[in-house]
Amino acid sequence: MKSVEEIKSAIEAAVPGAGVEIQANPSVSGQHSLRLAPSHAVQVATFLRDDPELALDFLSNATGIDWPDKELTEKVKVTRTVTKAVDGVEQSVEETVDETRKRVEPGCLEVVYHLFSVAKGHGPVVLRMKTVNRTDQVELPSLTLVWRSAEFQEREIFDLFGVVFTGHPDLRRLLMWDEFKDHPMRRDYVEPDDFEYEPTAHDEVLKRAQEHKNRGQGSGVRDQESAVGAGQ
Amino acid sequence: MVDEGLKIELGKQGVFVTTIEELYNWGRRSSIWPMQFGLACCAIEMIATTMARYDLARFGAEVFRPSPRQADMMIISGTVTKKMAPQVVRLYNQMAEPKYVIAMGACAISGGPFKQGYNVLKGIDRYIPVDVHIPGCPPRPEALLHAFITLQKKIDGQHLTGEGRPRFLDANAPGEFPVPVQGEHDLEPAANSLVWPLPAADR
Repeated sequence: MKSVEEIKSAIEAAVPGAGVEIQANPSVSGQHSLRLAPSHAVQVATFLRDDPELALDFLSNATGIDWPDKELTEKVKVTRTVTKAVDGVEQSVEETVDETRKRVEPGCLEVVYHLFSVAKGHGPVVLRMKTVNRTDQVELPSLTLVWRSAEFQEREIFDLFGVVFTGHPDLRRLLMWDEFKDHPMRRDYVEPDDFEYEPTAHDEVLKRAQEHKNRGQGSGVRDQESAVGAGQ
Repeated sequence: MVDEGLKIELGKQGVFVTTIEELYNWGRRSSIWPMQFGLACCAIEMIATTMARYDLARFGAEVFRPSPRQADMMIISGTVTKKMAPQVVRLYNQMAEPKYVIAMGACAISGGPFKQGYNVLKGIDRYIPVDVHIPGCPPRPEALLHAFITLQKKIDGQHLTGEGRPRFLDANAPGEFPVPVQGEHDLEPAANSLVWPLPAADR
């Protein structure tokens, strides 16, 4: 099979202005991925499927990644004009100071596709697409019309991450019910407080148990006096 | 209640002595027909229990009825997801009294190994009353047989009159349990206060 660079040149030859980049994988497996621009993604996908040499006709997996907002602390050298007393005389002097700046790098949602070729027996080719941000611009083109197996997988990504796939024939929630409001696989998902009594709680579970007790919603064991005769 | 020794003596003479309660309960416990209801991996063990090697039918579970209207018992085998929970409660409501529930496996008892999941209901006994809990992941077919026999013993010991009489003979006891609604973040209500939390064990 062609290497990632060769696939990239083939794509750029077939789909001009495709905007494909190689995202290198620093680990031992060396499975580098191709980052697609959402504007030309469907054309690139169609080329990858229909090309007689690549013939990537099988989408084995589509998954989502949540990149949360990152808070960066940087030390920046800043040149400032300060009035200082030099040799007893007030003067304006330029001073270089180290300043610590905090910056929030906005996160995004990413979708990763793994492609194989059943006809040729090679693969995988990994494609990636990123949304603009995590809050309001979460649309990506759907690759369902290129590979049918993306249908349910993109529904799952929509359900669990919140990526809206434009062009998907039936974009509904898959695992959760339709009235559900959250996206459970995001990093900032807060689970509802349906506490269950744990006999040997420790670490994270002990913390949750104590918070639940402080909220005063009762433990998992009922007093004998208030027991209602609901049993048979 | 007749003294056991007297019963045996009379039995040797060919006289069979019993009470209406014993006969009634014997008829009920010897013919519990479960409902065809399997959710996950425990359902495979339940199917294995009905097959030739472990054979649940010899204990009275002759056929598994597909319709809840015709079934006496529901074996909750497998993880109950929050998406499926209203359907489980609805099916339980559709069963006619007297009805029993066996919670088979860790998932049906408390959510099991998937308890931290976003879609896992932490135990079906949050919404319906469960008679027998079988621990295990999955419990072996012998464990399900043991649970079935335990249920039969429980039915045998039910008194038909008085304070502790079963639900179907008590006009004030609830027969239908409220179906949870799938809300925006969780099922509403999170648990049915009539059946959950369970009463503290007698130590």
